[in-house]
Amino acid sequence: MTSRFMPLSGDPPRSRALSIALILIVLALALAPFLFPGAKPLNVAAKVCIFIALAASYDLLLGYTGVVSFAHTMFYGIGSYGIAISLYSLGARWDAIGLGLLVALPTAALLALVIGLFSLRVQTIFFAMITLAVASAFAVLASQLSWLTGGEDGRSFRVPELLQPGTVYIPRDVLGVAVTGRTLTYYIVFASCVVLFLLLLRVVNSPFGRVLQAIRENPFRAEALGYRTVMHRILANCIAAAAAAAVGALNALWLRYTGPDTSLSFSIMLDILLIVVIGGMGTMYGAIIGGTLYVLAQNYLQALMGTVSTAAGEAGIPILPQLFHPDRWLLWLGVLFVLSVYFFPAGIVGKLRGGPG
Amino acid sequence: MSAQGTDGDTDAGAALPKTPRDYLPLLLPVALALAALPFVPSTSTWVTLTIAGLAMGMMIFVMASGLTLIFGLMDVLNFGHGAFIAIGAYMATLVLIPLAAWMQADSVWLNLAAVVPAVLFAMAVTGALGLAFERIVIMPVYGQHLKQILITMGGMIVAEQMLYAFFGPQQIPLPLPTSLRGSFQFGEAAIEKYRVVCVLVGLAVFLAMLAILNRSKIGLLIRAGVENTEMVEALGYRITRLFVGVFMAGSALAGLGGVMWALYREQVNAAMGGELLVLVFIVVIIGGLGSVTGCFIGALLVALATNYAGFLVPKLALVTDILLMVAVLLWRPRGLYPVTSR
Repeated sequence: MTSRFMPLSGDPPRSRALSIALILIVLALALAPFLFPGAKPLNVAAKVCIFIALAASYDLLLGYTGVVSFAHTMFYGIGSYGIAISLYSLGARWDAIGLGLLVALPTAALLALVIGLFSLRVQTIFFAMITLAVASAFAVLASQLSWLTGGEDGRSFRVPELLQPGTVYIPRDVLGVAVTGRTLTYYIVFASCVVLFLLLLRVVNSPFGRVLQAIRENPFRAEALGYRTVMHRILANCIAAAAAAAVGALNALWLRYTGPDTSLSFSIMLDILLIVVIGGMGTMYGAIIGGTLYVLAQNYLQALMGTVSTAAGEAGIPILPQLFHPDRWLLWLGVLFVLSVYFFPAGIVGKLRGGPG
Repeated sequence: MSAQGTDGDTDAGAALPKTPRDYLPLLLPVALALAALPFVPSTSTWVTLTIAGLAMGMMIFVMASGLTLIFGLMDVLNFGHGAFIAIGAYMATLVLIPLAAWMQADSVWLNLAAVVPAVLFAMAVTGALGLAFERIVIMPVYGQHLKQILITMGGMIVAEQMLYAFFGPQQIPLPLPTSLRGSFQFGEAAIEKYRVVCVLVGLAVFLAMLAILNRSKIGLLIRAGVENTEMVEALGYRITRLFVGVFMAGSALAGLGGVMWALYREQVNAAMGGELLVLVFIVVIIGGLGSVTGCFIGALLVALATNYAGFLVPKLALVTDILLMVAVLLWRPRGLYPVTSR
């Protein structure tokens, strides 16, 4: 049993509908460059991969450890800026990417350790407040230290030649689609996200992960059984931070740009929260379902909101145009978020598995 | 506030050892102000900076006191508190902008006739919203920290977006009334009038809160509720009414703080709630969750440090709050005056 190759770490989806949905999503993502040719669909697919891995790393905290962190975007940003600054200052070289990762991941983990040491030994509510404070200070710093980060404008940079869109490997041959450096970048993003997800799945199904769940259910009891709850929480926080930084690096690599809006803004934090809650907290697979639905909705429903807004404006209804303005996207996210926490705490995966809620 | 010895039976009361009062944190703001003195080039600048810091601290205290009180009594950390601050400010503009003529008039009474109703209106609206928020949003999730954090944070986002939808994304200018503009001159030190007003209002709120908490029946019940909710209920008091009352008062204080801040900045925008929420959290953490006195000291410390740093090393002012918080937590991991053991 132990020597068997277990990519899912002995934690299968446990629901036929869920398995089918997951297989469809993974297949669609794996074949995205050929199924949905064009720049925008590929962007959406890459974003889906990135958000799935990001939400999965957050689920380790929120769903499995039972602590709320508002600093996840900060770690994501550290990864993004690590790659961006290193590629920007060293030029489009592979070792620059390696150096960026080598600096960003330990930095994120170390910062998570320090924050955890300060706040997790008191109580989890402290942790939520302190992460919020630290993350907002970090965002301010990133936009102010413009000599390093490029300030509000962020940093655009060139990626190594193999990954550039101009590099053509197979011109218009595979199902009528040209395989370029962009395709290769997509597959790097996709493969890294798959590996990250499976690693996280491994972590939550390890003995360590079981202890985390025990702490989530009853910290006092877990401590009475002899587990050092604080150290477990802190370690979970560090793992989640490093994973988020890795995803941030992928995001920067894909966008060839890093700025406060794409990596540090609070709305990304809200996106992650919503994905994890809608998908199902403490299930890991929820990140896949939630991430896919969310990114699709964001990319295609926002346009619909604009249509509704204009239609309401033409019909002369007073406040509706403002409420449905595409800039008010967060309003509806917030409403959806609150409603799902109340009425849908187990999320989509919980529903499909037929559990309570 | 929780350090009182109980005196029921006189003999037993005499036998109980009194909890020693902890005065050390009270000295911190003074020490900080004195420590900054040698670095500031002239004493008059130092006076100006200190008064500015005190005024800012008082405003932050007014906003934060409600949050800490609510947490202390109800064990609810309201991430939506920032929304009440912003709503308070917007409600004030609803009154003050139509009354702009009175605000600009050169008469203290006309100015007051505009400002006082604006403050009362803002507090009434935020208080009423607090009532609705507590009944509808928070009541179903009492005792579940995780859900509380998520839901109140969601509420905060929705409220902020509603402000954008109803009032638009632009900043709304809100000039100070004529009689509060300008400054007093003491030798070379210039002290803005409005800052003095802020200090007075903040002190009044602080003293009133201390008086109510320590000298009245309601205060006694609140303090008892902080210590042990179930026991208060068992003694026949309706703790839910107390909860609602405290929540309304806390939200109204957030509204008051919002109006004060808006007049201080002379503009209102929807993002102010989120920005101030972070500041308020830092203050509450420094003070110790649930402690009003701690919150007062924390607010003064943060504001003074920000002002001195802003003058001496502007870049450092971006992170002074966090550094201060780290320093305090290194010294006392639960904040200056931890109230409950929760």
